[in-house]
Formats: sequence, C-alpha cells, structure tokens
Amino acid sequence: MSVSQTTFRAALLDPSAAVPDGLWDAAERPAGRRFSVYRNNVAVSLTEAMHQAFPVIARLLGTQNMDGLAGLFLRKHPPSSPLMMYYGEEFPEFLAGMEQLSHLGYLADVACLELALRQSYHSADSQAAPHDALAVPPEEIVLAKLEFAPSMKFLRSDWPLYSIWRFNSEEGAPKPAPGSEDVLITRPEFDPAPHLLPKGGADWIAHVQAGLTIGEAFEQTSTVFPEFDLGATLALLLQGGAITSVTIERLAT
Amino acid sequence: MLDSSLRSNRLPAAPGVGYKPQHYDQILDHAHPVGWLEIHAENYMGDGGRPLAQLRHLSEKFPISVHGVGLSIGGEGPLDPDHLARLKHLVGWLNPASFSEHLAWSTHDSHFLNDLLPLPYTDETLERICAHIDQVQETVGRQMLLENPSSYLAFEESTWSEPDFLREIARRTGCGLLLDVNNVFVSATNLDFSPQSYIDAYPLDNVHEIHLGGHDEDEDDHGRRLLIDSHGREVVEPVWTLLDYVLDRSGPKPVLIEWDTDVPDWSVLRAEADRAQAALDRIPA
Repeated sequence: MSVSQTTFRAALLDPSAAVPDGLWDAAERPAGRRFSVYRNNVAVSLTEAMHQAFPVIARLLGTQNMDGLAGLFLRKHPPSSPLMMYYGEEFPEFLAGMEQLSHLGYLADVACLELALRQSYHSADSQAAPHDALAVPPEEIVLAKLEFAPSMKFLRSDWPLYSIWRFNSEEGAPKPAPGSEDVLITRPEFDPAPHLLPKGGADWIAHVQAGLTIGEAFEQTSTVFPEFDLGATLALLLQGGAITSVTIERLAT
Repeated sequence: MLDSSLRSNRLPAAPGVGYKPQHYDQILDHAHPVGWLEIHAENYMGDGGRPLAQLRHLSEKFPISVHGVGLSIGGEGPLDPDHLARLKHLVGWLNPASFSEHLAWSTHDSHFLNDLLPLPYTDETLERICAHIDQVQETVGRQMLLENPSSYLAFEESTWSEPDFLREIARRTGCGLLLDVNNVFVSATNLDFSPQSYIDAYPLDNVHEIHLGGHDEDEDDHGRRLLIDSHGREVVEPVWTLLDYVLDRSGPKPVLIEWDTDVPDWSVLRAEADRAQAALDRIPA
C-alpha cells in the first residue's frame, strides 16, 4: 500500500478524515494517533504563527476566537511558501468575508496594518536623505520629486485605524473616536512604527510615489482634501527616515 | 555527484547552539561564548532589517551553520526554484561554515505545511531524493548535510532501513550527514528498535554535525510511549548517554543544542552547551 503525498496532505488538513492506510506502528497496526502528531504539528505551528503575526487581531477577538479563526484560515489558506514571515496575506480578505464578524468591520483594516508592519520589518535597508535635503526655498520644494524607503508603508481606512491599533497596543492610549484615519509606517532603524497621517496624506504619498512633484501632488490632493497639511506629512516622513532621495529639477534661468 | 573540492565543512568540533534573537546581547557580551551558531535559513530570507543585520554581525564573530527547514527535499514534486534561488543567495553572501537540510517533505502542490513530514524508504524515493540533492548541491555550489528525521510511524511500503537509506544517499550524491541523536532516540522508542544498533549501522564517517534537543512524551492508541520531537526542553539523560556512544565511535564532532519552543534564558541554553563540551572532553585524544 503506497501513500501519496496528496493523500497524506489531505488527511493532515482535515481532522475528520480517516488516517491513510499503509501507515503503521512497529507491530504493523494502523498508525491512528501517531498520525495525529503530524496533524497537531501543522495546526499548532500555523496557529501560533497567526497569533504572532496578528497580535492586535488576537487581542480584539480573544485567544479562543483567534485559535478558531486561525484553524479555519490555515485550512483554507495554507502557506504558499516556506517564508513564514509573510504568512497571512489573505487574512484581511478572509476576515472581511466572515459573516459572523461583519459587526466588526474594521478587523480587515487592522489585519492589513499588522501585515504592513511585518513587511516593513523585513524590507530592504536604505539610507535616509540628509536632514537638510528639503531645506530649500519654498518655490524649489514644490519642484522636488521624492523617493521613499522600501520600509515606508501607508494605508487608507474608513475606520479610525490608527486609534484602534494604538488603543490595543499601548497602555493608557485614548479610546478610538469614530472617523476615518490614514496610517503611515516608518522604520527609522529596525523597528517599524505606525503614525497618524493628516487627512489626505495617503493620497499625497501615492501621487508622489507615482512620480508627481511635491507641488503637483499637493494640488491634486487639495482638490479632494482642502485641509491637507503638507508640512506635517513631510515632517513625519523626514523624522521616520522614510525619504531616501530628493531630486529638484530647477527651472532654467 | 558532488565535486570533492566543494566539501567545505568548517564547523569546529565544539558545542554550538540554535540562535534565537532574544539571546543576541548575551551571546555578544559573554566572555566564553559557544563555538558556533546555527540559524534556520528561512528566517533570514527577508530583504533586510534587524534579522539580516544581526546575522551579518554574528557571522563576523562566529562560524555559522545554515539549517534549512523548508526545501522539501523528500517532496514528490520538483524543488521550488524560487526557494532554491533564495538559498543560493543566502549561502552565497553569508559563506557559512555548514549548510544542512532534512530527510523530509513539507511542500506539496505549492502548499507549505510548516512541518517535517515523513516519507517511505524505497528505491523510487531514493532516486528522487538523490536527484533533488544533486540539484541543491549544484545550485548552491557546495556540499549539503542531510538530517535524519524523528519518526512517529512507519510506511508499509518501505524496503530500506533508515541508516542504509542515508548511507546510499551520501554515497550517490556526495552529501554529508547531520546525525540528530535525539531523533534517533525518539524514533527508536516510537518504532521499537535499539538506538545503539541504529548507530552501529549508521555511516558515522559521513557525519559532519550532531544535533541534540529535548522531546515531549505522549502515548499511542495502545498505551505505548510516543515521544514527540519538540525542541522545547532539556536533553534527557538517555540521549546524553547515546551521544557518548556516538562520540566514542565517531570521534569529536560539532554538537548543536536545539531549543526552538519555550526558549529559555541564555544561561539554561549555555548549561546544555557546557554539558555537550563535557561529552566532547571525555573522548580520549
């Protein structure tokens, strides 16, 4: 009796499936519980990986609920590569699709934030532009194009995402108030940290990333968010070492 | 078959430990640190950040062993070319003292199951594993060591004993072997054979590294002891005794303490490494 890896895997991921024939103990009796060691190893290690990857989701849901969700998730989405540092990419979508969790609409965004923090942690290192790189006359600043560190991430949310994250990560943080929040992640050295972006901040960064100058991106952003605070956004990026290059194409004189 | 010039194992015959980031400062501050460190390859395949910075720094002070847990050498399907390229990249820039993987599979149809899964020992699996190891050694450009698994069950279809199977793989591919003494003890208990006779049949000349770790205890459906390789506690006495049995026959080897779950304080791990040093010291010069 030969046991294919397709059969072995199917029985591993389905606790209600029979243990495949052809596996036995030293006395040639069916393997039974011995097979469960592998079942457990897979389920426990992936559940543990989900807890480590999504600590704020685990806090919001409670350990038991997180265990249950992880059990469902790992069977539907086993890792697609041995790089466990990136496991859980489908988790936000999975959460958004869970009808029982539809009253907690912000969960998917929180999961996106936790994913982005982990991606930032493992991103390539980069050298921040000098602190005075933007210490130029205002008419030149608007002409500048920027490049960002690979560890810089940003998220848009219809929920108070930053406040929810903070309330569940920092002791004594204020309770989240209703509203939408954009979040910026910067990694000055090795530890990524989320920051609350000014309204419109995510749009502006996206425009600059797409190749617009600071000024062009500001104009585009201001048409949607008249209150957009460019100075505060630039300060967050500079303080976090997230700007790696500043190129100013000066007008011909 | 590997070109013999690529057999470049440079781990010292001293105790090493599995590196955990929480021990980083103590390892660097310690006046008498361990002889070498082992890392899990997959944890250092990100693009940058603290893990790679720490590894770069540690590699300036310690011989490093790169131990892969995700290549799935025993898989029915082809090796994942992306993962092989990542290994080549890591081994290329780090130039570690040793590179090893497992006699196991973990990926099937591009699903990674995060465990070392067992395979039958047949002529067919032998051919496939040798082809995979040839491919790994050619791609990475150096010898790899292959580790014996912990077994909880046996395959009806197996026709080879594990020591003979490993000996034949090493003969055909030129790979070295990593002998996990705890795994021998766990498998021997679970599958009712003598660990000493396993060692007697094992090609100790091909061993370039030894692993030791802790295991848990459970029972099977018939109330028989079932040991589970957990790497979550101290090495048990009978495994230390079995290490002496191995070293008496093999001579001094690099000996690694593995502790991956419920990772203890550095002092606890250090004490296990001291005990491994004592085992090495008692071998007559």
